[in-house]
Amino acid sequence: MPMKVGNRPFFDGVDEAIHDSFMVNAVSSAQDGLRGRKLSATIGDKALGDWEEWRSAGEEIRAHTLNNLDYYLKQLSDHFAARGGHVFFAETAEEARDYIKKVCKEKNAKHVVKAKSMVTEEISLNEVLEEEGCEVLETDLAEFILQVDHDQPSHIVVPSVHKNRQQIRVAFRKLGYEGSDDPKELAGFARKTLRSKFLNADVGITGCNFAVADTGSICLVTNEGNANMVTSFPETQITVMGMERLVPTWKELDVVVSLLCRSSVGQRLTTYVTDITPKPNQDAVDSPKDYHLVIVDAGRSNALGTDFQSALHCIRCAACINVCPVYRHIGGHAYGSIYPGPIGAVLSPILGGYEEYGKLPYASSLCAACSEACPVKIPLHKLLIRHREKYVEGGGHPPVMERAAMKGFSIGASSPAIFRAGTKMAPIMLKPLVHNGSIPKGPGPMKPWTHGRDLPAPSKENFRDWFKKHKQQSATIRTKGTGESL
Amino acid sequence: MNGTIENRDSFLEKIAGKLNRTPGEAPELPIWAHKPQERVYNDYSEEQLTVMMKKACEPIHTSVYETTLDGLAKQLVQLIDKYGAGKIVATKDERFEAFGLSNVLDSYQVYTWNYKEGRKNIDKAAEATIGLSICDVMLAESATAGLFNDKDKARSVSLLPETSVVIVPKSCIVPRMTQAMQLIENKVEHGEEVSSYINFISGPSNSADIEMRLVVGVHGPIKVAYIIVSDV
Ligand code: SF4
Repeated sequence: MPMKVGNRPFFDGVDEAIHDSFMVNAVSSAQDGLRGRKLSATIGDKALGDWEEWRSAGEEIRAHTLNNLDYYLKQLSDHFAARGGHVFFAETAEEARDYIKKVCKEKNAKHVVKAKSMVTEEISLNEVLEEEGCEVLETDLAEFILQVDHDQPSHIVVPSVHKNRQQIRVAFRKLGYEGSDDPKELAGFARKTLRSKFLNADVGITGCNFAVADTGSICLVTNEGNANMVTSFPETQITVMGMERLVPTWKELDVVVSLLCRSSVGQRLTTYVTDITPKPNQDAVDSPKDYHLVIVDAGRSNALGTDFQSALHCIRCAACINVCPVYRHIGGHAYGSIYPGPIGAVLSPILGGYEEYGKLPYASSLCAACSEACPVKIPLHKLLIRHREKYVEGGGHPPVMERAAMKGFSIGASSPAIFRAGTKMAPIMLKPLVHNGSIPKGPGPMKPWTHGRDLPAPSKENFRDWFKKHKQQSATIRTKGTGESL
Repeated sequence: MNGTIENRDSFLEKIAGKLNRTPGEAPELPIWAHKPQERVYNDYSEEQLTVMMKKACEPIHTSVYETTLDGLAKQLVQLIDKYGAGKIVATKDERFEAFGLSNVLDSYQVYTWNYKEGRKNIDKAAEATIGLSICDVMLAESATAGLFNDKDKARSVSLLPETSVVIVPKSCIVPRMTQAMQLIENKVEHGEEVSSYINFISGPSNSADIEMRLVVGVHGPIKVAYIIVSDV
């Protein structure tokens, strides 16, 4: 699968990840930092009014757009083309890659610069263009680091969160860097290295945070200025968007951009919110002459009209990832998908199927912190349970699936007390896995991290309280030796 | 000139089928039940907005100055000197003249963007230390300069030089993104073409990608300064 990270089965990845103490610490402190910033920019910003109402506004907008997706995609493509842009609808990752490859070939492109885009990761675009002899440069600092070090993203907002500055310095040495491991100096090196690349690239490729249907515009939400470079100097521009990433008008854009900036990095707005509408024949010197929009399905339509449709409401803010106790312990790579955390565990099976990603929905303590953090109110924990149900029910291998399900369940059950409380919090979800009111015993594949490790404090008061109480309770049970071994 | 659309029909039919819809049928855009954005700072006066905007400059590492139309030239000179003068590039914007800044531009031999000169413009912007632009809409909540870039009001000017100086006419300060989007949407409703590059910029480029440490100044400007000018 193109969206696959690494080759190990999920639970093996977990084992390795939790023994990487730098990674675990880096992930925890990133989570804490991002979560704190998010809280002060959302429920902590009294001027905004009721944050819950903002979430409802986001939910309402996303639900309406997805319920009428074909119309808004038609409108978007009509307007984009009316302004002289070229739109290609790609049902599969392969179709998207082939189209982009074709454009690059026609332009005789040798140098491609890219701004961060999860969807281009998802469709493995770089490899294909490199095979064609293009130099493809990631220009987002985190992605640049990963590219130089041949590594994979482990977070959707801060893809290099698992790397420390020493590792980055060593990686940059491959490019002749002789400086220290000071982040400022490292970033300065990236600035210097990439500046002439931006100015001389043939093709610029970006993702799309949101498209605006009623004008055929593309909105990019960034901080580093690289996306502005990528969309200004190359003659040819290609935007690759997941088909669900649009809003009807600019008024709705306001709401989703506000939700995204505040929930992802705790900024009122990111440094750059850039709205681009094609105008290929204009005289502007610093503007592409040819603009392509590639709209990608690649499995997303599997969710339409199903219980999982709301997964497509996602605005990729990573707030759910930043509160997830499982992600905190295993990091991003263990998920084996470029989409980690709760949203990854929901989305990856939709895009890549149960065979590859069916175990991911078990990477959850079902604490519901993800659903509560989500700025567009996606009921993530319920979707995880629905996946589990379907995984167990379907696929023609019920016994195997069932076993996997039971194993996975130990994730939510680092102690019986916590587990019982969890079941109370989400009773409807546990239906297919609870037999006679109890969960069958068995050594869990997640045991290494559940065993003897504290879960972190998630963001919400009620969960924190709940957790504190139950952690104490479970500790007591453990020391008394009365806890069941799971 | 119209562009092209490939592969659309089957793609949309599949989606419409799953959603139980007739492909491409226009829905009624709902009257949203939740519009919290419309109430945020909506009763602030121009003065209150200015105060808020100045405060919002702090967390985004942006310097801010306020002056009158009469004092603008002097303020700009001071700022240019503070940033070491050097090579300067400006957008082509008739407001520079309207604001009485022609002399300043001349005396510092500022290169004014001229699209007819082609690539030379980009080279000029890339070697300049200071870029001068004038804001089209300022979002007070986040101290965000909205620039409606085009062939004259070039995006490179606020992107390539190390320092970006943006003049902010006080009359263009609005509470937040909501009002800017309304402005754009009004244009759309009146059949006007939306600018091909609308840039909302809040301070210098930055990144926290390395161990979550904030680094100010990545690919775009390293320093940003605003001069608010009371223009009435
Ligand atoms: S599921 Fe919600 S919280 Fe998670 S990334 Fe998507 S929008 Fe953000």
